[in-house]
Amino acid sequence: MMPTAVGSGSATQTRPWTKKDLLGLRELSAEEIRLLLKTAESFREISLRPIKKVPALRGKTVVNLFFEPSTRTRTSFELAAKRLSADIVNISAQGSSLAKGETVLDTVRNLEALKVDILVIRHAAAGVPALIARQASASVINAGDGAHEHPTQALLDLMTIQEKKGRIKGLRVSIIGDIAHSRVARSDIWGLTKLGARVTVCAPPTLLPAQIEQLGVHATHDVEAAIREADVLMLLRIQHERQEAQLVPSLREYRLRYGIDRERLAHARPDVLIMHPGPINRGVELDSSVADGPYSVILDQVTNGLAVRMAALYLVSGAPKVEEEFA
Amino acid sequence: MARLLITHGRLLDPASQRDGPFDLLIEKGKIADVRPSLAAPAPPGGRAGASNGAKVIDATGKLVVPGLVDLHTHLRQPGREDTETLETGCRAAVRGGFTTICAMPNTTPPIDHRGVVDFIAQEAQRLGLASVRPIGAITKGRQGRELTDFGELFEAGCVALSDDGNAVADSFLMRRALEYARMFGRPLIQHAEDPQLAAGGVMHEGLRSTTLGLRGIPAEAESVIVSRDVALAGLTGGWVHVAHLSSAQSVALIRQAKRRGVHVTCETTPHHLALTHEAVGEFDTQAKVNPPLRTEEDRASLIEGLRDGTIDCIATDHAPHADWEKAADFDAAPFGISGLETALAVCVTTLIEPKLLTWGQLIEKLAVAPATIAGISAGSLAVGADADIALIDPAARWTVDPQRFVSKGRHSPFAGQTLTGAVAAVFRRGVEVGG
Repeated sequence: MMPTAVGSGSATQTRPWTKKDLLGLRELSAEEIRLLLKTAESFREISLRPIKKVPALRGKTVVNLFFEPSTRTRTSFELAAKRLSADIVNISAQGSSLAKGETVLDTVRNLEALKVDILVIRHAAAGVPALIARQASASVINAGDGAHEHPTQALLDLMTIQEKKGRIKGLRVSIIGDIAHSRVARSDIWGLTKLGARVTVCAPPTLLPAQIEQLGVHATHDVEAAIREADVLMLLRIQHERQEAQLVPSLREYRLRYGIDRERLAHARPDVLIMHPGPINRGVELDSSVADGPYSVILDQVTNGLAVRMAALYLVSGAPKVEEEFA
Repeated sequence: MARLLITHGRLLDPASQRDGPFDLLIEKGKIADVRPSLAAPAPPGGRAGASNGAKVIDATGKLVVPGLVDLHTHLRQPGREDTETLETGCRAAVRGGFTTICAMPNTTPPIDHRGVVDFIAQEAQRLGLASVRPIGAITKGRQGRELTDFGELFEAGCVALSDDGNAVADSFLMRRALEYARMFGRPLIQHAEDPQLAAGGVMHEGLRSTTLGLRGIPAEAESVIVSRDVALAGLTGGWVHVAHLSSAQSVALIRQAKRRGVHVTCETTPHHLALTHEAVGEFDTQAKVNPPLRTEEDRASLIEGLRDGTIDCIATDHAPHADWEKAADFDAAPFGISGLETALAVCVTTLIEPKLLTWGQLIEKLAVAPATIAGISAGSLAVGADADIALIDPAARWTVDPQRFVSKGRHSPFAGQTLTGAVAAVFRRGVEVGG
């Protein structure tokens, strides 16, 4: 099924991907994560062509079902689907009655009746993509659910680190910011630890969830320590609501203690990478001089995001049910 | 009314300290005689001489125990008859071995004035299934601002007062409520949950909530209120009964308070005794309950508390919901477990089989103590008592299938589990009503 135009990567020979859905990295093996990354690498080149399109998903229908606002992730999935020649429909349901959990399944039943192939789902409540995946015969890709998982974000992070550092195993990665409320942090923790990186999470105690170290990471409140030893710094967005919930006294205080500016970066290794899932809160977690500076790979992350989402769409669409149909 | 003779069972009546082969004679809905069983069983369905014209029920191999008493049942009527009615709730109760249930006041309208109490009493009377004892609200509308008319509610038949579902968060109001309730000699049942500490939480705060990215409710949301309430009970001399205890800290606080002579009693639930937060698994809303299922350490402390008498009784916190409500995502789904029909078997499987409690101790926790706390005459099979009786097959094994519940709440974290102990028959005032 792999279009010949993509090349003759070894991922095309066997297809060990057997899952109907991509719900999170927690449930994936290191092998499955590597397969996703390898597939993404083979797709990256398509976006560099004058005609940025291959017929891999021609005739497939993808629905972007977003119950929470998103521009970046939604656009990235949309372009990914289009470059694979799938038909894609966007449904934004936030703020409407559809945002209620009990009607999510009704919405999905309606979409199923329209015979769609892949549902890309974002929802403010953890577990909604899993809930839908259990009910739907269509494949489900989690585009972020509550504070649970955001697997394609973590995959693009892994891809970017792999690209820039040549490896993931043995690297020291510090994730700095609101770990407690971050689905990106959780997916990154699963992905990085499964591939052998040493992960430190750094935040004030109010932004670290209970027993986080039992996920196999080191936790610290000391941002300088987190910077000093890291090969990669991943910054997370600090949201204004956190101040209202008394999780940080003020955004100013957060910037003073945890914000990454040039001065603080002086403690870092000379080859450190600065990553951020966006959108950046400039002047809070990240100073503009750093965000736009030489260590930053933030825009490479966005580019890789497209390839990762193409890989995710491609692999879930090729899960056994399709192969059986053509057998 | 027919005379009944229940023969050749093992009579277990902790209130009269009987445990052995006794026959029960029932006349006019009351226990008329308790006597040692004769050697040979009566012929099946026969009218042996000894039965003296009574219908004979052969209880060979069964335990004959007082009908169970539930201090904590949500019946949803009036207001949410689509999720439970007095009728379906009472049918679920008697199927589970309960002949008396205490109805929590978080109905719509709530049980905060005489009219609702009378409605429940009349409807329960008409049904003639289980005895339903209302629990009135502590504050008007369960809003936590103004006290209800305690005297009128108790006179109308309320056995206790509670704002269950909400804690009485205002310490001053709780002080006054405990003081004022003293003259009625009845408990205030506290849903011990600090609303700010628990805000937005959907499960126990721990490794599982961190893994799933769900908002946690720390054990301290319960224990800070327990701590405050035992202090206020000490201050006022009032009686606080803590509902559905879930944490080790709360057990320790109540143990200390009881040693000091504070008037505090408490209950825990079958699900808190049997399960931990791991039961949430991958966002399983069947295990979403408030207070949340906690850690193995908490579970062990609850069992220890039952054994040493810190925890007085086991109550179901039967909380039925519609299927579609429980089918929502974890954040949106309501808290609650449909518990009346599994309570006994969960307790047998969790407590009796591993020899953590004896049968006598379990019946104490499920019938005698809750009746004492409710201040009612149930929970006893002494001569003259109402013939509210459950026959239990202690060895029967069965698999939980919520679709077969008679409750409208067809949801249970025990679905698919095979449990030990089944209710064979239930008599309410000498009339067979369930089993």
